[in-house]
Amino acid sequence: MDWRFAIKDTLAENRIFLSRVVAAFVLILLMSVGLVTRLAYLQVVGHEHYATLSKDNRIKISPLPPTRGIIYDRQGRMLAENVPTYSLELIPEQIDNLDDTLAKLQQLLNVPDEKIEQFHKLRKRNKAFNSTPLLQNLSDEDVARFAVVRPYFPGVDVYARLVRHYPYGELTSHVIGYVGRINEQELKNLPVNDYRGTDHIGKTGIEKTYESQLLGTAGYEEIETNAQARAVNTVATVEPIAGSNIYLTLDIELQKIAHEALAEYDGAAVAIDIKTGGVLVFVSKPGYDPNPFVTGISAKDYKALQDSESQPLYNRALRGLYPPGSTVKPFYGLAGLEYGVTDFGHRSFCPGYYRLPGVEHKYRDWKKWGHGAVDMNEAITQSCDVYFYDLAMALGIDRMTDFMHQFGFGEKSGIDLVGEVDGLMPSKAWKRRQRKQAWFPGETVITGIGQGYMQVTPLQLARATATLAHYGKVVNPHLVHQIITPDYAKAPELDPASQIPLKKQHVDNIIHAMTNVVHGARGTAGRLAKAIDYQIAGKTGTAQVFTVKQDEKYSEDAIAFKMRDHALFIAFAPVHDPKIAVAVVAEHGGHGGSVAAPIAGEIIDAYLKPKNTDAHENRIPQ
Amino acid sequence: MHMKTEFRNESFQSPSLLGNLLRRLHIDIPLFLCLLLICSLSFVILYSAGGQNIQLLIRHASRMALALVVMIVLAHVNPRQLQSFSVALFGVCVLLLLAVMAMGQISMGAQRWLDLGLFRFQPSEFTKIAAPMMVAWYLSEHALPPKPRHVVTALVLLIVPVLLIAKQPDLGTALLVASSGAAVLFFAGLSWWFMLGAGVVLAALMPVLWHFLREYQRNRVLTFINPEADPMGTGYHIIQSKIAIGSGGINGKGWLGSTQAKLDFLPESSTDFIFAVFAEEFGLFGCVGLLLLYLLVISRCFYIAVQAQDTYCRLLAGSLAFTFFVYVFVNIGMVIGILPVVGVPLPLVSYGGTSMVTLMAGFGILMSIQTHRKLLPV
Repeated sequence: MDWRFAIKDTLAENRIFLSRVVAAFVLILLMSVGLVTRLAYLQVVGHEHYATLSKDNRIKISPLPPTRGIIYDRQGRMLAENVPTYSLELIPEQIDNLDDTLAKLQQLLNVPDEKIEQFHKLRKRNKAFNSTPLLQNLSDEDVARFAVVRPYFPGVDVYARLVRHYPYGELTSHVIGYVGRINEQELKNLPVNDYRGTDHIGKTGIEKTYESQLLGTAGYEEIETNAQARAVNTVATVEPIAGSNIYLTLDIELQKIAHEALAEYDGAAVAIDIKTGGVLVFVSKPGYDPNPFVTGISAKDYKALQDSESQPLYNRALRGLYPPGSTVKPFYGLAGLEYGVTDFGHRSFCPGYYRLPGVEHKYRDWKKWGHGAVDMNEAITQSCDVYFYDLAMALGIDRMTDFMHQFGFGEKSGIDLVGEVDGLMPSKAWKRRQRKQAWFPGETVITGIGQGYMQVTPLQLARATATLAHYGKVVNPHLVHQIITPDYAKAPELDPASQIPLKKQHVDNIIHAMTNVVHGARGTAGRLAKAIDYQIAGKTGTAQVFTVKQDEKYSEDAIAFKMRDHALFIAFAPVHDPKIAVAVVAEHGGHGGSVAAPIAGEIIDAYLKPKNTDAHENRIPQ
Repeated sequence: MHMKTEFRNESFQSPSLLGNLLRRLHIDIPLFLCLLLICSLSFVILYSAGGQNIQLLIRHASRMALALVVMIVLAHVNPRQLQSFSVALFGVCVLLLLAVMAMGQISMGAQRWLDLGLFRFQPSEFTKIAAPMMVAWYLSEHALPPKPRHVVTALVLLIVPVLLIAKQPDLGTALLVASSGAAVLFFAGLSWWFMLGAGVVLAALMPVLWHFLREYQRNRVLTFINPEADPMGTGYHIIQSKIAIGSGGINGKGWLGSTQAKLDFLPESSTDFIFAVFAEEFGLFGCVGLLLLYLLVISRCFYIAVQAQDTYCRLLAGSLAFTFFVYVFVNIGMVIGILPVVGVPLPLVSYGGTSMVTLMAGFGILMSIQTHRKLLPV
């Protein structure tokens, strides 16, 4: 601790300090001279240069928007492309009398009033020196007509622009979605630099989910302009980088077959490649033509779509909530085996109805006289309700809920589409929370046959079926197979598949019963077996429709149709090496076996028996 | 007259009423006049840079008034008291910085603020004064020039708040705090060899530091090296501010003549980039004039430092004076494109209150050192 005794030499300290102040001041002076030198360099030497730049800020940085990535199906067929079209655009800053110019253009090119209105809206959002489109998809004739008078319209010009086009139209509307003009809400949250020069953004579907990959990177041009804002020369250019191309797992041919197989029914069909989770078919019917949305759909057409009774804008496959009906029976059967509350050979008697002890109310079987004594195989094959009322009571709602959650019921599947819904797998806790009520035993009974509170999406049904076919290895459905950039190709990252602990023998039994649904003598989907030389395992379902929307107009025929049950069918094939799992919902189709099963059959058949053998290989450039 | 008798009853000694009043307020007149000149200039520039927005000027004035009050209050505090508070103040600062890290509100992606209910408060600003006070206190406890041991301890003391601030992340303030502490060491007589060695070590550590920088901080440095690399983003500032300054020429475009700011080409024109507006309107002459004004302030501060009667006061005064110049240099350097863009305002001129209060607090301390001088035993 010798510092305590160090002598403070005040004079020496003063001397040091003084010298340091002098040093610091010299340093400060030198640095100031540095600043002044730089200032002089900018303001004297560079003055002329910078003054030129400053005069109307002559160097204009003009963004070069990137080309949006193209979307292909699994075989490289183009589902979303960029098509060059001519668009008539105005630069408001360069037009003296905007209203007059618009009026003249309206006369010349027959511009609808609506487009003028749209133009004014866009103009307010754009900067005055930006080009704002008035008309898109100009015909060659219009282009020629304008070319003649072009010199009289300063600030107006025809540009060739790339416009998003969806060649399959309605067929892909609920998968690809569409791009549309960036609206004010979106503008607030966008990274401005990435979207310079780009005025479209993915609004729904793959276009929205993979927006950042599809977009690409904007480039720019530094343009020297004269006082009239005309480009004199390009100082520097940084080329834009096109967005990534995306290959889907979807098979557009299969999609078309499914769409057509649904025929007059509204509904949904989802098919999943069991081994990979890749979604092969994702149909929500009816769809809509996404192309008008790209250039701006007219208010009238949009209203027509919104008001349409069949709700074409509604993505049934992703968001449609249906009671699953009897399609849940194989799962509850499996739950019964797993929890050991019954065994596969155990027979229980079906008199055509079920009664809770001490309660008068009869829960009816769909077969009025009952199925007699049935084991689980027969109960699934013939879709006996009473057997599953009984089983549900033996399991109890808590175990049913736990078991079904493992198969993804009541949860989002995590598919790469925005807007997925949870569905609903009811539980005691849910009812207490949502309805502030206790759970009643009768509710357990009807949950046993997929009625009551339970609601599923077609996607969830397909996923659960695929997971069952996969012996409990959870299938995570996804639509994007590969994202291709100039540098690399990569598959999107998926959650690792988890394994539901199931006994192989139990699953074998259930699959056996589901095979009998199609191939057994008394199977509810027996007609499917006739035309095929491989085996399908499936389960029919018929879901009661209990809601009729309040604002619907009264019409005798329509109501009668609207009251018909939904037809459901889940299936996978081939039974011994499952490749494809399918779920079909045909709204108001009546019976699963007669309406939904043949649709699923067509999809499976088309997938397993391709016309050319390599049709299902992914054709993706490596 | 009635008035006259009143005056006579006061202890009226100086022929100048104002001078007497200022002395009683412990105000150093030359420094005060220089500061007032710069402050008035700031209104002139801000009026133009802010698009002739009177509301903006009123807010600026109210903050300036607050800063002046802080200055006068601190001018009254005896430097000896300041000295005895140094350690406690520094401790509180570090604790507050820790608190900011723990529960600071996220403000513009960075945690700098501490919400005290009534107002929000930036402990890192406090540290700009507390850190040199601490180092000055520590070094003045020992014989000077400092022994290596004491230098190391002082550096450790300094690095704690610097790291905490850099972590917020507020690189600009962290560098200012570091330089204020380093300035104390310099004035204490740190050996030139040590400084050379430290410079070499720092240069060698650059790649390591780079690793710890946030994405946006790296971008700023990269943009500084090559502003044209990102003309739409970070580089835009520099390109536009160089156009503004260069187009001002020798004589400038005249007051309210700035087109760069007016046409919105120049961002942040009333805060960090206000010097570009000044340079555009008043040209090279104006810039040199403003720099001279700043140098006048710094000269007076150094004079006060040399006149100070104990080591603590000398070191603190020297450091405050030097740090003030660092402020000026970093801001102007960044605006004219010789330093990376860090968020440091132009002292006493930029719109924005927090740094003005800190600066004025510093000047308050300097005035206190000067005006309490004769009362101090040598």
